[in-house]
Amino acid sequence: MSGTNTGRTNRVSRDPGYVSVTEHPPVGRIPRNPGTPLDLALVRAIRVNRSAVERRAATIPARRSVKKEWQAGWLLRAITLMDLTTLQGDDTEGRVRRLCGKARRPVRADLLAAMGMSDVPLTVAAVCVYHAYVETAVRALAGSGIPVAAVSTGFPAGLGPFETRVAEIGLSVAAGAAEIDIVVTRRHILTGDWVALYDEVRTFREACGGAHMKAILATGELATLTNVARASMVAMMAGADFIKTSTGKEPVNATLPVGIVMARMIRAWHEQTGHLVGFKPAGGIRTAKDALTWLAMMKEELGDRWTHPDLFRFGASSLLGDIERQLEHHVTGRYSAAHRHPVA
Amino acid sequence: MTDVRTAFEELPWGPAPESAAQAREWLEKHGRRFGTYVDGQWTTPGETFTVRDPATGTELALATQATAEDVDTAVEAARAALPGWQALGGHGRARWLYAIARGVQRRSRLLSVIESLDNGKPIRESRDIDIPLVARHFSHHAGWAQLLEAEFPGAEAVGVVAQVIPWNFPLLMLSWKIAPALAAGNTVVLKPAEYTPLTALCFADLLDDIGFPPGVINIVTGDGRTGQALVGHDDVDKVAFTGSTDVGRAIRGATAGSGKKLTLELGGKSPFVVFDDADLDSVVEGVVDAIWFNQGQVCCAGSRILVAEGIAEQLTTKLRARMEKLRVGSPLDKAVDVGAIVDRVQLDRITELVEQGKTEGATCWQPSWRVPTEGLFFPPTLFTDVTPAAMIAQEEIFGPVVVLMTFRTHEEAVELANDTRYGLAASIWSENINLALDVAPKIKAGTVWINCTNAFDAASGFGGYRESGYGREGGREGMWEYLRLSHGERAERVAHAGVTPPTAESGGADNGLPAIDRTPKLYIGGKQVRPDSGYAIPIRGSDGARLGEVGRGNRKDIRNAVEAAHKAQKGWSRTTAHNRSQVLYYIGENLSARADEFAERLRRLTGRDSRAEVELAIRRCFTWAAWADKYDGAVHHTPMRNVTLAMPEAIGVIGVICPDESPLLAFTSLVLPAIAMGNAVVVVPSALGPLAVTDFYQVLETSDLPGGVVNIVTGLREELLAPLAGHDDVNAIWTHATRAECAEAERLSTGNMKRTWSEWTLRDWVTDAEGTELLRHATQVKNIWVPYGA
Repeated sequence: MSGTNTGRTNRVSRDPGYVSVTEHPPVGRIPRNPGTPLDLALVRAIRVNRSAVERRAATIPARRSVKKEWQAGWLLRAITLMDLTTLQGDDTEGRVRRLCGKARRPVRADLLAAMGMSDVPLTVAAVCVYHAYVETAVRALAGSGIPVAAVSTGFPAGLGPFETRVAEIGLSVAAGAAEIDIVVTRRHILTGDWVALYDEVRTFREACGGAHMKAILATGELATLTNVARASMVAMMAGADFIKTSTGKEPVNATLPVGIVMARMIRAWHEQTGHLVGFKPAGGIRTAKDALTWLAMMKEELGDRWTHPDLFRFGASSLLGDIERQLEHHVTGRYSAAHRHPVA
Repeated sequence: MTDVRTAFEELPWGPAPESAAQAREWLEKHGRRFGTYVDGQWTTPGETFTVRDPATGTELALATQATAEDVDTAVEAARAALPGWQALGGHGRARWLYAIARGVQRRSRLLSVIESLDNGKPIRESRDIDIPLVARHFSHHAGWAQLLEAEFPGAEAVGVVAQVIPWNFPLLMLSWKIAPALAAGNTVVLKPAEYTPLTALCFADLLDDIGFPPGVINIVTGDGRTGQALVGHDDVDKVAFTGSTDVGRAIRGATAGSGKKLTLELGGKSPFVVFDDADLDSVVEGVVDAIWFNQGQVCCAGSRILVAEGIAEQLTTKLRARMEKLRVGSPLDKAVDVGAIVDRVQLDRITELVEQGKTEGATCWQPSWRVPTEGLFFPPTLFTDVTPAAMIAQEEIFGPVVVLMTFRTHEEAVELANDTRYGLAASIWSENINLALDVAPKIKAGTVWINCTNAFDAASGFGGYRESGYGREGGREGMWEYLRLSHGERAERVAHAGVTPPTAESGGADNGLPAIDRTPKLYIGGKQVRPDSGYAIPIRGSDGARLGEVGRGNRKDIRNAVEAAHKAQKGWSRTTAHNRSQVLYYIGENLSARADEFAERLRRLTGRDSRAEVELAIRRCFTWAAWADKYDGAVHHTPMRNVTLAMPEAIGVIGVICPDESPLLAFTSLVLPAIAMGNAVVVVPSALGPLAVTDFYQVLETSDLPGGVVNIVTGLREELLAPLAGHDDVNAIWTHATRAECAEAERLSTGNMKRTWSEWTLRDWVTDAEGTELLRHATQVKNIWVPYGA
């Protein structure tokens, strides 16, 4: 790795990561995380200092700023990392089809052209829905290559009968979901019952079969950052392909301190086992500025390899709209309006 | 626009420049040539020097090299402004300080940009740290001005203050100096560093804008010569300096015997202690804040990482990975972590020390990327395989260079942390509160940060132990540095007050009567010991009659006494305040039992009825016994989720030169508060009345006072003062003697920069020796920052 590291030159240069992009499998081709047996000593040794993490979180947006062409490029990347999501009680097939249309064409063609991106097939990373709309989404996205993710296992609280939660996974996979976002039983974490948490996630992972599993930890309900870190580690031991912050239904969703802690656990997991696990913050990420901050955090804490959709996703419903407005501002120099962009 | 695509594909950092247009406009407004700012006026520029942008080498402006005459004018202006400024009262001054704070906020971005241009620090730091702290300092001290009369009764401003500040935090150091001085009612002449005078000059502009009273703040620019003229000026009442230990030492020497009050904030080689239960990822960010903040040009930079051996390799790996992610470059780029080194001289010194470190065999690691070749840059550097004996482990490098060493146990961590001449700050990382709070008091440093580092606030005192200087800046403790207690005129102490001092002549029979056969020994380490010299000095009463002899102590006795004092002090300072209090009461009890005997002894020594002096000495025992468990610390309200504990700690071993007058009362008045606070003392008693003190050791012996806490070395003051004041393991020297002796003690104190308390005026030991003033001399405040959060 080499290159000059200076803000003085205007040259766009690749920043050295913790680990070089080239040392990892190419995007979209990484082996799945097989997990390991539960290592309780390791889990219990994890400690997180909240104040220090919060200080780090506060300086990331202050230390890193991306402007002009760089910002536009980063925002376009953010779109490709998006799990475009609708998880409302009043969802209908029509609503889901509309969302899928937006997933295929997230940005107006004239804006892409203005940014020299016409020949890049730009789509979001996935569409995320309840089980009831998996088939609708799969049909609507046919031929696009965009996977459908289903929230599962009694989302959002995860307190239904264990058997039905496991069965739900199988049904969603059968319906065509390529990704399953499971929720864990928070009780296991709050009571420190790591064995129960491990067994639960292991079972879910087996039920997923070939579908990728994202383990939602509902960090807003875990009380401490140390709990977040330990739960992250157990979920990875149990074979999670992604760890995810929130359902979007907790009172507190994805916060940057939580994100930093989870990213550091993914890094530790990689150092210990060589396996690459992805990260998905969800809920509360609404602005283009938020997206840039999260990307900067991933780049700093985990490195460039974790800024691609196979290892990083944003769970978001309203983020795209703000990014579109910022992109138009970049192109025209004028502030934009929501109605100038097609709704999701 | 093709770059959008590259940025999309590769996600690189791009440039994020902060505009310097307004800063350059401001420079142009002054024609890029500055005079000094004296008495509310800009002077015509005289002989000038060039101020450069270290990131590009370009010339920013010319500033005036102020001459001795310029300094005279400035001090005169400050003197003339003093009565008016004091007449404003606390509230009036509070309004002006508040106006400054608001003024700083109004031009915060301009000041940030000028600071980054001039100093080379990243705009992220000047914008988010330096300038907000400047505003905070002025507004916090507007509060102290408001509360001055109520909170510091009986105190008054010192007068005209000379302030010399460094280049690493130019405007922040200005605020640390000016805000408390002004709040207390002083007027100032301040000299910014010659590398970085611009924000101070912009600050002068701000004063102009808000119509600040002329003469209260005067700013003179220039190099060390200007500084020398300023601190040496006869009409200056106090000197406050922040900078290198060498210059601080020179200032202490130059001001010896001048009576100028002095605070020095000097260098450091601060330990950064990592225990094996720490949150290591957070530790890594802590190291970033410790040594890659401000290019490592921070007096309290955590430049010595001490890590538990078992996790050293893991930490090293994590640190290296993090270092790869740091960005070095243009200070005005908003996404840069490390900016430019302030000057070629500094860069050369860093380079030289790093080369020397490599030559000594340490492993030097730097990130794989290169720093910009134009401008003054140095890459973040980590040394491993370093031993405490290595030069880079001892010398302050003052650059982005950190050394890493290991320890086995927490005791060893403390030992290594304290294995330095400095004592400015320390950082402790552990998730175990028992461990952290055990170690914090044991590290000799003015500031201890637990699980954080380089946290500053106006409400918390900052300053050093040992050769990191003395005095505190910030908080209530910092206000005292700019105040003194009001008292009436005090006469200067005359040598031996007209009484024949003891000499080394060998005595014989007197008046045909045999001498009273009583030769007390020295009292060292709780034992009565014969003086090393084997000589004694006769002591005569007021009537000239020989009352006896005392041992003639010499430098070896001083050496032994200091050694004994250190041994005892460790345990004594850790005994509970209640127990110390009990011992002091017991001393009073035993003194009371022998009151008549002491009164008679004193009568024969002084020729006066001395029952009152003995009675007062007994009262002193009660006073300081009472204070022993009541001189509380404080919890400062620093603006983060945190407790900042201000703990008064013992200074260590204090050398006490007792005055000739009031032999017993002065001795008890000085020694008892010192030991009440947990210090040990080596006392040279009154030359005229040593017998009153040697009798006293029998009282001490019967009062459960651990041996070595009080050591008494009798003899000739001219033989004992120098070895005591010059001893590098004595932590403070209290000299109550003639002006010449005080001057000598202060001159000799510079070897280890021991604290000095010198009084050559006569204080009334009866009415004027009981306040917290003595406790402030007997303690130093350590601020322990403890952030919390589950």
